[in-house]
Amino acid sequence: MIIGLDVGGTHTDVILLHGRQLVREVKIATDADNLFQTLLAGLGAVIEGIDPKSIRRAVLSTTLATNLVAQQKLPDVGMVVAGGPGIDPRHFRTNPFYYTVDGAQDHRGREIQALDEYQVQSIGKDLKRHGIRYAGVVSKFSVRNTAQEEKMAALLQPYVERVFMGHLFSGNLNFPRRIATTYLNCAVYPVHKMFFEAMQKALTQKGLTVPIRILRPDGGNMNIESSVNHPAQTILSGPSASVMGAISSAPAQGSCLVLDIGGTTTDMAVLIDKDPLLEPLGIEVSPYKTLIRALLTQSIGIGGDSSVRIRDGKLTIGPDRTGRAMAYGGSAPTPTDAFHVLGRGGSGDVSRSRTGLEPVAQALGLNLEQTAELIFTSACRTILEGAGKMIEAINSKPVYTVHELWEGSRIDPKHMLVLGGPAPQFAAQLQTMFDGKVEVVPNYQVANAIGCALARTTCEVTLFADTALGRATAPSEGFRQAIPPGFTLNNARDLTDELLRKKAILRGADPEDIETEILEESQFNMIRGFQTIGKNIRVRMQLKPGLISEDD
Amino acid sequence: MLQAKKKTGLVFFPAFDWAISPTHPEREERLLYTQDQVFEEGLLDIDGIVEFKPDLVTINDVQRVHFCVPDPWAVMTESHFISAGGAKTIGMAVMDGKVERGFALVRPPGHHACRVVHGTRGFCNVNIEAIMIEYLRRAYGVERVAIVDTDCHHGDGTQDIYWHDPHTLFISMHQDGRTLYPGTGFVQEMGGPNAIGTTINIPLPPHTSDEGYLYATKEIVLPILADFKPQLIINSAGQDNHYSDPITNMNISAQGYAALTTLLQADIAVLEGGYAIEGALPYINTGIILAMAGLDYNRLREPDFDAERYRQSRDITEHIELLGEKVLKIWRQRELLAETARAKSYPDQRNRHIYYDQDGIHEQQNEMIRICDDCGGALRIESTAVRPKPILAVHIPVNACPACLDQGHQWYETADRNKFADIFLQDRTTDRYLSGAKK
Repeated sequence: MIIGLDVGGTHTDVILLHGRQLVREVKIATDADNLFQTLLAGLGAVIEGIDPKSIRRAVLSTTLATNLVAQQKLPDVGMVVAGGPGIDPRHFRTNPFYYTVDGAQDHRGREIQALDEYQVQSIGKDLKRHGIRYAGVVSKFSVRNTAQEEKMAALLQPYVERVFMGHLFSGNLNFPRRIATTYLNCAVYPVHKMFFEAMQKALTQKGLTVPIRILRPDGGNMNIESSVNHPAQTILSGPSASVMGAISSAPAQGSCLVLDIGGTTTDMAVLIDKDPLLEPLGIEVSPYKTLIRALLTQSIGIGGDSSVRIRDGKLTIGPDRTGRAMAYGGSAPTPTDAFHVLGRGGSGDVSRSRTGLEPVAQALGLNLEQTAELIFTSACRTILEGAGKMIEAINSKPVYTVHELWEGSRIDPKHMLVLGGPAPQFAAQLQTMFDGKVEVVPNYQVANAIGCALARTTCEVTLFADTALGRATAPSEGFRQAIPPGFTLNNARDLTDELLRKKAILRGADPEDIETEILEESQFNMIRGFQTIGKNIRVRMQLKPGLISEDD
Repeated sequence: MLQAKKKTGLVFFPAFDWAISPTHPEREERLLYTQDQVFEEGLLDIDGIVEFKPDLVTINDVQRVHFCVPDPWAVMTESHFISAGGAKTIGMAVMDGKVERGFALVRPPGHHACRVVHGTRGFCNVNIEAIMIEYLRRAYGVERVAIVDTDCHHGDGTQDIYWHDPHTLFISMHQDGRTLYPGTGFVQEMGGPNAIGTTINIPLPPHTSDEGYLYATKEIVLPILADFKPQLIINSAGQDNHYSDPITNMNISAQGYAALTTLLQADIAVLEGGYAIEGALPYINTGIILAMAGLDYNRLREPDFDAERYRQSRDITEHIELLGEKVLKIWRQRELLAETARAKSYPDQRNRHIYYDQDGIHEQQNEMIRICDDCGGALRIESTAVRPKPILAVHIPVNACPACLDQGHQWYETADRNKFADIFLQDRTTDRYLSGAKK
């Protein structure tokens, strides 16, 4: 059997699956100040009376890292950055102990200014003096040449407990994002490590010895050992749980919108032929733009419990939530109260909903039913407008080849999957306003936890080969190899595939269930004068986010 | 957090699958390292820098500017529809107020493409700036436009298209035509009889460095722009003045380009040439983007830059100072010069030979303009190139006066069908473009 657990802002959902069959579901209140207890209680409740030996897999999506960032509870860590020519790296400061040093590499990874080793050593001493135990090092173009970061790490190592190198987190170009990503990993690390090691220990005491997996924002998961090396890759995984929970209901072909309607927000995502779309570069965890792989999701401030108000004579819904719907004992009217008044389901107290909508109706000069209808259609319209904007943004994403631009297909989803607490009510209303099919995901209240349970391991490898310099590098794998002048795109593909499979197994993937896919590839002849001096080859491959196979 | 002081739009279209030929400077690899630098610097993440996906231009957009022989499909590839479309996209974003200024970092370039197009010249097929400008004129009613061409090569195509247009100021700063393709762009080239003075050429001596280039910008270009008072300033932002460019002989640095961009305050920049793809383009383009957005570019420099080595000689400094006086004198006396030009015998006629270096085409042109005080003047061109018979092309300008409108139609209507391989009409007053069979 498989456990899936998804920590949400208000509730934590835990489910138990037997094959694809939902055998148990538990909903408990989330205690943001004591997530450890929330997780233990949730897991305890779901396996109560069940032989822990029958559990083969447990996947958790937590808000641990997200909360640390949001509540600004990240510990002090050191960041050492070598910028070189370009934008002044002081603009990318992430935290108080942020240092810039001399040293530079160019776009092909050639050193153009030697690293100032003395500077790095004095920073190490400074960090030690301040009692800082973790440090991150980043150099510009380190994904083309990891040497300067490696040197910085070696120089700092004597002074701290652990050093994180930027190139290990992503093979993508983007120096400011690499800095932010390294910082977050470094700063999340101590709490993350302590939390999950303690969690695994506590579960073992309960007889649950199966290794825990942690959900990532790209809809995949990894084991605890990998997560300790990439702790920030657990950030904002919640929306991806829902997307994974909708996949099995999605049409095999064509594009499809996924809406997870919660209490406060609606998270939106897009599936194409059952595959979720990814963020081009990485997730944004305000105020940080990162290189952390993530599904493309968008959140808007409309949910079942959004506060309904009259402002300047006009109806407004959200973006905040003041508590539960009045039907369930809350103090302010909400869209949930609207569908109660309309008799469209919900098990709350309709009379309380009517009382709540009364002042709104008076201010608008409408009767109660008209008011409820207006609230509900406005909420749905806002959701559809948000979805429209998201689709528009996807369609206007720039492309860089004639072929892609000329052949470029626009997506125009005619299918919508809805999950989350008020899914049936919203879906019924959306169906009247959306030009296409609207469907409620089975087990819509816990589909997120099911998605979490069934998510596959994911990862990505970028390979960069320069036959003129005679080397192939996969920076995030710490891989570097000499290559012959005749190295081809095919060789590069094979090499990337091999590295990706190796990485997948380390991350905890089932070796029998590995599906690799090319995300991007290109090959350029490098010509100097009228001579071809070599090839510049780039390959980016991933393990596609998806669900584990049926017999797993 | 970095925040652009001027909201800046960017169309980046490197056409990674298009080349003139495998080893040609205008090949797939050209903007590869620029892309790497732009991505690694995180320029597209900066608040206030917005990337747009290029739209394609339409056939109508092309015909508004060019007479394509025999038709637009024959002289354009998909890539040209996109690079011109990229310029148009940026132009629209600026006019719509989505951004304050914009940069179309696109290829292939366009400033050697003239009004009549038989093939490829100087890596260009269609003039992407002109296609953008004339679209903006049509769609937004823009009138006065200035183009400052800072490519190392004379922008002879743009000069040709605006030769008779008094509402478009064309300024080209380039390496002296006696030492570089296309061999034109001398001070005496100052526009046709209806537009004397609105074509300005600043031929700079080889080995001019940042100092001379910025002097020419400050002392020659900016005063003329201030006099002309354009509604829009377009920079044809070629990058081949760089000291490491393989096909030119100038000594400008990335800092020089960024400073130039700051001085010009162009509303729209469009990439033209520039073939030092590894050592120059990544840094120049980063500099231009930072400068347009009003961000600090002080720390930007090429790995091999050596200010001492690229300092210009005193001779060059003096030469440029004299050149400046000459150019400004012409500008101030443009009305008098117009009278003199019109007093010549046959001021309305121009016979020219145009060479298409890429395709080896020799074009012979006879041009006739209606001398006019009220508009740009109706224009009649006979052009012979590949085929034995000439083509006839008639252009009626935007806001043509009734007399020029009549003249244009008369040229078109009464042309001897048997004499010409094709007959074209470009009627800007109705945005109507006819070709081939007469009615």
